[in-house]
Amino acid sequence: MKRGPAVLTGVHFFNGDVACAEGALAAGCRFFAGYPITPATEIAERMAERLPEVGGTFIQMEDEIASLSAVLGASWAGVKAMTATSGPGFSLMMENLGFGYMTETPCVIVNVQRGGPSTGLPTLVGQGDMMQARWGSHGDYETIVLAPSSAQEMFDLTIAAFNLSEKYRLPVLLLSDAVIGHITERVIIPPEEEIPIVNRKKFAGPRDAYLPYLPDEDLVPPMVAAGEGYRVYITGLTHDERGYPSTSPEVQERLVRRLAEKIRRNVRDIIRLEERGIEDAEVVLVAYGISARVAYRAMELARAAGRRVGWLRLITVWPFPEERLRDLATRVRAFIVPELNLGQIVREVERCANGRARTIPVLRPGGAVHDPREILASIEEAFHD
Amino acid sequence: MTEAQHPLDHLLRADRLPHIWCPGCGIGIAMRCLVLALEELGRPLDRVVVVSGIGCSARVAGYVRLDGFHTTHGRAIPFATGLKLANPDLTVIVFSGDGDLAAIGGNHFIHAARRNLDLTVICVNNFIYGMTGGQFGPTTPLSARSTTTPYGNFEPPFNLPALAAASGAVYVARWTVFHVRRLITAFQEAIAKKGFSFVEVLSPCPTGYLRRNKLGEALEMMRYFKAQSEIRHGANPAEAEIEMGGKLLLGKFVDIERPTYHERMRKQLATFFIEPYAEKVSEEIEAKEVES
Repeated sequence: MKRGPAVLTGVHFFNGDVACAEGALAAGCRFFAGYPITPATEIAERMAERLPEVGGTFIQMEDEIASLSAVLGASWAGVKAMTATSGPGFSLMMENLGFGYMTETPCVIVNVQRGGPSTGLPTLVGQGDMMQARWGSHGDYETIVLAPSSAQEMFDLTIAAFNLSEKYRLPVLLLSDAVIGHITERVIIPPEEEIPIVNRKKFAGPRDAYLPYLPDEDLVPPMVAAGEGYRVYITGLTHDERGYPSTSPEVQERLVRRLAEKIRRNVRDIIRLEERGIEDAEVVLVAYGISARVAYRAMELARAAGRRVGWLRLITVWPFPEERLRDLATRVRAFIVPELNLGQIVREVERCANGRARTIPVLRPGGAVHDPREILASIEEAFHD
Repeated sequence: MTEAQHPLDHLLRADRLPHIWCPGCGIGIAMRCLVLALEELGRPLDRVVVVSGIGCSARVAGYVRLDGFHTTHGRAIPFATGLKLANPDLTVIVFSGDGDLAAIGGNHFIHAARRNLDLTVICVNNFIYGMTGGQFGPTTPLSARSTTTPYGNFEPPFNLPALAAASGAVYVARWTVFHVRRLITAFQEAIAKKGFSFVEVLSPCPTGYLRRNKLGEALEMMRYFKAQSEIRHGANPAEAEIEMGGKLLLGKFVDIERPTYHERMRKQLATFFIEPYAEKVSEEIEAKEVES
């Protein structure tokens, strides 16, 4: 066997998990640490096979805590790194996720969601980790969460996740679900030169001039890797620009506000939405992941029945597209939010609607996707108030 | 007037002094032994990384003038695993305390030893959780008092050298902060050893352990370390159990050869790949060296 190419340019028939692994490789990921868990295991299996072909490293760790620890370590060795898991493993990663935000460590964490809580429904779909992805680690922080709706997007958004993590120096989460992870569909991998790649901003100045947490104007500090001679000290403690621990409220204020601001200031760069039929819509379906595909069918059915219904798909779930939702709330009758949980993103929609438009949840706790007719019934409800 | 330079200033972050450790604490001695060991060892210091978790001993990563990572509680070893795998040319040292390593991080410890990844793990064992104010831990001797064993400890402690050896470590030694010369040598041997090496360093915690157990000042613990130590290289680590006030078995217990994680990985992958397998990172660094 010869070494394989990192980018498998061509048309493939891949499941979402495999597409995600290929997206990671195309993005330049050369380190994967993980622990087997349904329905994300195929990502690890694909990486175990493919990383040695491209000169990268795969390791199966003893648990998910160790997996994310190793990913953070690899990132500080200067290598793009990823792990993939599902609900229970995602819960185990929460502390180190916070370490990633605090130390500004680029990496990607994939959560192929299944039904919860606890062990829940290992083989069946759920979307119950949307709020955990936003708030799961302790303390204040902003994050970036992308939600793919197809095998193609498992490829595309994994690349986007790496690029955003490298650009803004933070762990970026890909929140998929069991259906999107296992759905097998056409995936088109473009030629390598057509895939935009972002690499972390590196510091190349003299040793003595380097302050590991002195941000540039974009609020992102340039990074170095271990072993490059800069002798950095990196800690999860509140730290000043030198990286030294501090218990000063001023230092805490400066650091934690910057960590949030570097994302908040750039929401226009980070937020991606897909919209259909919004222009004349009286009612807008707001959905993500597999639920967005089901909602699309509901919109088609409603449109066929003469209802002016629009469809807004959250590709970026966090930061939440507040501006767009607030704007729509002034001119639509209602938002309808189908999710495979008992009400998570719908709360954000309701907050943005702020009473100006109705917010109607269509909720299932996971295990199966909606029937488009359930969503259609809510659309009818919205038109009959 | 120019400030006098300490001979180890180039290896310590003097701008971070004073350190947080209590008078009589042994962690500073262990840290000094580590930097002296590194200085004499002659490895390129720019490629030496110290990784720690949480606790008093974990603060070492921020006092040495090396790349230092002060990670989450118990997770220094898996973080170090990622560093070492992503850049095998780094010398990676985990500096830990007993609670960090053997309680919350215990699982990572045995798995890293099993893999025989080329890491050096140093554990300052002061028999107590110091940072949080003196709670018992996985190495606290039976009957010892702590804030969470007010009636005396009734959980048997881990014998760390035996745990390391049983899990697959290729180098296992135990010394105390009284035995500084032996300790420096042990650190050098452990760092030079290919594979998973482990050095346990017994150390006084006057504030959290000695005081509560009426064991006197740190100096008395040092006298105890001197008087009750029995040095037996090659001793069966299973005999290295520690009882309060009992004999302390010290020495180099294990120094064996076993293929490392990287050796096994490269050999295994070479049977599948026509081109000799080597991690790309390593190649790039080698290429850079040739250029410069």
